[in-house]
Amino acid sequence: MNLATLIFAYLRARALNTVLHIVLLALGIGTITLLLLATEQLDQRMRRDAENIDLVVGAKGSPMQIILSAIYHLDVPTGNIAYTQAKEIAAHRAVKKTIPLALGDSYRGFRIAGTTHDYVAHYGAKLATGALWQRPLETVLGADVAAQTGHGVGSKFAGAHGLGDGGSAHEGADYVVTGILARSGTVLDRLVLTSVESVWAVHAQHQGVHDVATAAEHMKDEEKEYTALLIQYASPLGAAILPRYVNNNSDMQAASPVLETARLFSIIGVGVDVLRGFALVLVFSAGLSVFIALYGALKERRYDLAIMRTLGASPGRLMVLMLGEGLLLAGAGGMFGLLLGHGFAELVGVALKTARQVEITGLTWLPEELLLLVMALVVGAIAALLPAWRAYRTDIAGTLARG
Amino acid sequence: MFAVRQVMHGYDGTEVLRVPSWSAAQGSHWLLLGPSGSGKTTLLHILAGILRPASGDVQVADQDLTALAAAALDRFRGRNVGIVLQRLHLLPSLTVAQNVTLAQYLAGVPQDAARVSEVLQSLDLADKARAYPHALSHGQAQRVAIARAVVNKPRILLADEPTSNLDDGRCQQALDLLLAQATACGATLVIATHDQRIKARVQNRFVLGASSPSSS
Repeated sequence: MNLATLIFAYLRARALNTVLHIVLLALGIGTITLLLLATEQLDQRMRRDAENIDLVVGAKGSPMQIILSAIYHLDVPTGNIAYTQAKEIAAHRAVKKTIPLALGDSYRGFRIAGTTHDYVAHYGAKLATGALWQRPLETVLGADVAAQTGHGVGSKFAGAHGLGDGGSAHEGADYVVTGILARSGTVLDRLVLTSVESVWAVHAQHQGVHDVATAAEHMKDEEKEYTALLIQYASPLGAAILPRYVNNNSDMQAASPVLETARLFSIIGVGVDVLRGFALVLVFSAGLSVFIALYGALKERRYDLAIMRTLGASPGRLMVLMLGEGLLLAGAGGMFGLLLGHGFAELVGVALKTARQVEITGLTWLPEELLLLVMALVVGAIAALLPAWRAYRTDIAGTLARG
Repeated sequence: MFAVRQVMHGYDGTEVLRVPSWSAAQGSHWLLLGPSGSGKTTLLHILAGILRPASGDVQVADQDLTALAAAALDRFRGRNVGIVLQRLHLLPSLTVAQNVTLAQYLAGVPQDAARVSEVLQSLDLADKARAYPHALSHGQAQRVAIARAVVNKPRILLADEPTSNLDDGRCQQALDLLLAQATACGATLVIATHDQRIKARVQNRFVLGASSPSSS
């Protein structure tokens, strides 16, 4: 027999109460864990996708929409920009590197992005099989696209007009797969990549040009359009010059990924804060229920405590016993809460995967979770403190005389 | 043995107990008699070391209780004093065997399962070792309380009104058990009671009265 035996025996004798405390605490801690995991992974993912892209230039419109459409491929673009104007920007002395994007078509819900090989290199993506596109209408598939469509090198498919499902197919202009990218954990996993010229050619065909393979070569520069331009500055000074230059001297709009994602997170943050507040209320009520249970039970337990004193227990040992009960409940609640949070996160991740959104997993652990466990234990200790003090002060003779 | 001299105790300025002198040899058996409110329970608590008298000397098993600090007194009580209370107060979340082992654990003596089963055996409780208190009859519960009191082989065994709720047959049984267990571990036995039925069985008496306590 030891202190743990005593505590376990007592908690087991009131199994329903014990389960209630643990469940309340676990729900609170679990919710916070889920929020922690989701926001951390979302943040990490968004950071990774926007890494080293200093500025995005698109058609006039909402800067956030430009970022969401051109970097994360979540929103529709604001419109198109002229090829000639884009070339001017690319030649600006503050610009180190540009990556063009021509959007507009999709295949089974995955966007077809006309771009250059720089786009693949920018994210450090590697080919799993095959080679990058060389000629018009050759494509490379992201890992998720290949997995969900089942296409391999040599497969042919027709793109659909529009970015959602159900657009009319571009008949007679089949893409052919020349390579599949290895999973990179970036937005590339969910894209169909091809040359800008392919996108131009497919749309030129729409306007009556039939030789798709050479259509782009016959286009005049004035007819060519990009959807957006991803820009890397030559020096930090670019941030001071380029956005103003773009916004003032053209009908294009410059958007900063850092600013816009920060704005996006501050908007999401309100919802996260509300949920976190709700979870803290759960943790607090769990602490309160533990306190009420321990304190309320003191009345019926005062004989038990007095008997333990007559059997030789010091007041300090009774205090440790009560604190131990609070800490054990809190520890169990905290542990179950962490498991619950990870389970939820994994479930949400599985649910979102089929909805083709952001990937979330419950199978990683964050150092902050240790703090959550500490928080649970502190709540348990505080809840047990007053009952423990009352147990410490038990007047044995008085209690037994009245009993 | 124990010796009490000039012990006085009261609550809120009202004197409830005054004992000029009472001493007993080690292993002797005593009845502590007196009407309700004469301070029998208070004196028992003082002998057990769970209550410090307002004044006076208390010696139990060659130890001056008034000289012991709180922690040392707890330790002394756990190892040398056995108490059977009027209300038994077994811990409801522990089995019979665990309730008895609890006395060893809290006294800080080695936990000896053999000793626990020996005591349970001697009180005819061997088959109840794994039962919980709510499944016991009053008589069985009292025997568990006795087992808990004697498992550490105390020097003094105190019982507060052990027979008050029992019929004649069970009253004699309870008394037999207390006498036998006290004899078995050589403990001085003090039974506080106002039960007329057990007076014939114990020779030593100490009577607490409103006016003049006397020893015979």
